[in-house]
Amino acid sequence: MTYTDYVTGAPVADTKAPAGPVNERWDKRRFEAKLVNPANRRKHTVIVVGTGLAGGSAGATLAEQGYHVVQFCYQDSPRRAHSIAAQGGINAAKNYRNDGDSVHRLFYDTVKGGDFRARESNVHRLAQISVEIIDQCVAQGVPFAREYGGLLDTRSFGGVQVSRTFYARGQTGQQLLLGAYQALSRQIAAGNVEMHPRTEMLDLIVVDGRARGIVARDLVTGKISSYFADAVVLASGGYGNVFYLSTNAMNSNATAVWRAHRRGAYFANPCFTQIHPTCIPRTGDHQSKLTLMSESLRNDGRIWVPKAKGDTRPPNEIPEDERDYYLERIYPSFGNLVPRDIASRAAKNVCDEGRGVGPGGQGVYLDFADAIERMGRGAVEAKYGNLFDMYQRITDEDPYRVPMRIYPAVHYTMGGLWVDYDLQTTVPGLFAIGEANFSDHGANRLGASALMQGLADGYFVLPATINDYLARNPHQDEVTGEHPVVQEVLAETQDRLNLLLSVDGDRTPDSFHREVGELMWEFCGMARTDAGLRKALERIPEIREEFWRRIKVPGTGEEFNQSLEKANRVVDYLELAELMCLDALHRAESCGGHFREESQTPDGEAARRDDEFAYAAAWEFTGTGQAPTLHKEDLVFEYVHPTQRSYA
Amino acid sequence: MRLTLRVWRQKNADAEGAMSTYEVDGISSDMSFLEMLDTLNEELILKGEDPVAFDHDCREGICGACSLVINGDAHGPERTTTCQLHMRSFKDGDTIDIEPWRASAFPVIKDLVVDRSAFDRIIQAGGYITAPTGSAPEAHATPVPKPDADFAFEHAECIGCGACVAACPNGAAMLFTSAKVNHLNVLPQGAPERETRVLDMVAQMDEEGFGGCTLTGECATACPKGIPLVSITSMNKEWLRATRRVAKR
Repeated sequence: MTYTDYVTGAPVADTKAPAGPVNERWDKRRFEAKLVNPANRRKHTVIVVGTGLAGGSAGATLAEQGYHVVQFCYQDSPRRAHSIAAQGGINAAKNYRNDGDSVHRLFYDTVKGGDFRARESNVHRLAQISVEIIDQCVAQGVPFAREYGGLLDTRSFGGVQVSRTFYARGQTGQQLLLGAYQALSRQIAAGNVEMHPRTEMLDLIVVDGRARGIVARDLVTGKISSYFADAVVLASGGYGNVFYLSTNAMNSNATAVWRAHRRGAYFANPCFTQIHPTCIPRTGDHQSKLTLMSESLRNDGRIWVPKAKGDTRPPNEIPEDERDYYLERIYPSFGNLVPRDIASRAAKNVCDEGRGVGPGGQGVYLDFADAIERMGRGAVEAKYGNLFDMYQRITDEDPYRVPMRIYPAVHYTMGGLWVDYDLQTTVPGLFAIGEANFSDHGANRLGASALMQGLADGYFVLPATINDYLARNPHQDEVTGEHPVVQEVLAETQDRLNLLLSVDGDRTPDSFHREVGELMWEFCGMARTDAGLRKALERIPEIREEFWRRIKVPGTGEEFNQSLEKANRVVDYLELAELMCLDALHRAESCGGHFREESQTPDGEAARRDDEFAYAAAWEFTGTGQAPTLHKEDLVFEYVHPTQRSYA
Repeated sequence: MRLTLRVWRQKNADAEGAMSTYEVDGISSDMSFLEMLDTLNEELILKGEDPVAFDHDCREGICGACSLVINGDAHGPERTTTCQLHMRSFKDGDTIDIEPWRASAFPVIKDLVVDRSAFDRIIQAGGYITAPTGSAPEAHATPVPKPDADFAFEHAECIGCGACVAACPNGAAMLFTSAKVNHLNVLPQGAPERETRVLDMVAQMDEEGFGGCTLTGECATACPKGIPLVSITSMNKEWLRATRRVAKR
């Protein structure tokens, strides 16, 4: 049986979302959830993997509630998780601008922005919680931008027509993360969180059908150890680094979620990846990662390309009437603020037509000349100064004088481990929060919503729902290192690393990562076709076979060994890439960030096929290279009725 | 470009270290400094040699992981992080010295990788506002004057990279510590813990083995985020104020 001959198994249902009006469901769930007596909480250990916005906030909050938290990050400090690089802002339905915003509008915008592939009850809860997040962060001392009267400033972001995005210059992610990190630090000092930096999760321990711990490697000594708990929370981020070039941190990886998937957690909508429209174009083959320029730039910058193909004049010499401000032309009411998937695809289209700018024609202009004339250079500098500096440093061009060049790049993954309303995966006791789960953004995430979701999950949702699981399973048998399951997982992990070290071939881990990344970008990137995906699905197993024949990892496993870390992550990319392609192949419709060329409207917009594909695809692992089993979760839209998204 | 690199190699924390020399060729001026090191490492791996270990992650200048002393300067010749330093700052034929952060409070783990956990412990000692989740009042209940908010932000920009310590002839951590003290102490939300915060953080800083401050200003010159030297003066004022007030109680 080939990989594409998957079978469809029993449907999967979100059994935890209560019935009733959508705005009462979260209250109802919290009331129905069982509680753990405060005195009993310290008897429970919870493992949290990752210290980004979701993991950091969850670890701090669970510890404040009295649980014993054991937390891990691969970085040298929990403060460095990649949430720190988020620039633009965080959405909240505060309606401080009195511009018609409300919880319902944020809910509506998010479901519509996700192209009707998200679960209504989750999204509504997210919109409700958004207002509490701002309160919480302000209380922690997060220095959001303020007006002269001392109140909080907001700005608007792509895909919406209200101003609901709170920000801290272009470093919102950094400031929110440091808030969570400081709350976590307080709990570490109090002895409530046992923190393991420079320690990477390599596998999940499942005993009697429940998640009971993890296997992790100390990246300094190389020692592989097992850790045990009553519940395990994965907050390990997304899998965008499958593409090699992305805006993710170099070491962000998919190992934690992929190993959990191999142990029984379903993986949902893996093909839903977000290509961000405003990144700095690549300069050559040496490129190791791509840098994002915040979407907030689209508030004041105007995007254009020359009207004529192959126009090589410098931008300032191209007269106004020979420029095509294509987003303003095609989408007059949203203009430069259309959602990310639409802006990215439009950029690809004009470049494919031969009207792209810069080296290789892989770029479009983002021009601030009008904004500087309208607001003055000082105001532009105050709003975007650090982004302009960053652009200049990387490209050696001055964006105050010459328009920026931008091009889309992989940025975020909407797919992830399937979770129910309680954020629990299909493995009891295993929870996934933040970008690691698939829950709230459907097929496309709106700008400034990732920070909102990470903190909603970590500060407010998980701490409420995990109580219910722990209360219903108060007396689990103690698991120790002697348990046969633990011995087996430890041995498998050790064998895998030993194998990587023993092949002694002639290709580096990076060369394989680059190869699979380029393949994915070509065939599973901004536009996908049946034929292209099949080609990728043929090629991936070949690369995998070659990997195990030709990989070269120097050194030993008993030391600080960055090549070994990398090689082990590539092992998992080479499996996950295959599932992403299969998911993209099976979803023969276009929706959000998933664009199938076969399914488009006459004017080239994504054509959804709700009659066939109004479901989340949750895949069950059956073996490496073996056809997985598809479980569908039907999506029901009671409040926001699917229409073709229109931003014209 | 063709370059000669002299790189600090040290097998582990207990081993003796030494400078080793490598040649790299075909370096593009558009490469970041770390991409240049990637090129060297790819070659070393294929030759069966141990690649040079260095900390790095976001490569956008914000996570604070990268930490190289380049030709004697923390983060090299430009005022930025190592990951945002580009090879256009160097010339064909240059010889470049690459060393780890040098400070007794930052022991070397391997090659160019050091242990900066002392910074985490300084934050744990008081670099936070006690506001358990769920206890927050409405965000607009307490307006913050814009100059105070801007002052807080300017100090909150610290990325915890440790360049200030590496640049300081005394290995002091005053700039790092003062950035967090000033960020939180100026805000109304930070006021209740204003005294204990500065006293506890400074005490922890001393305990970690960082050197004393003689206001040479090297820290602020090396800081990729531009935390100003006057930040240290502000913290000293906070510390004196706190000492007096605590003594009176």
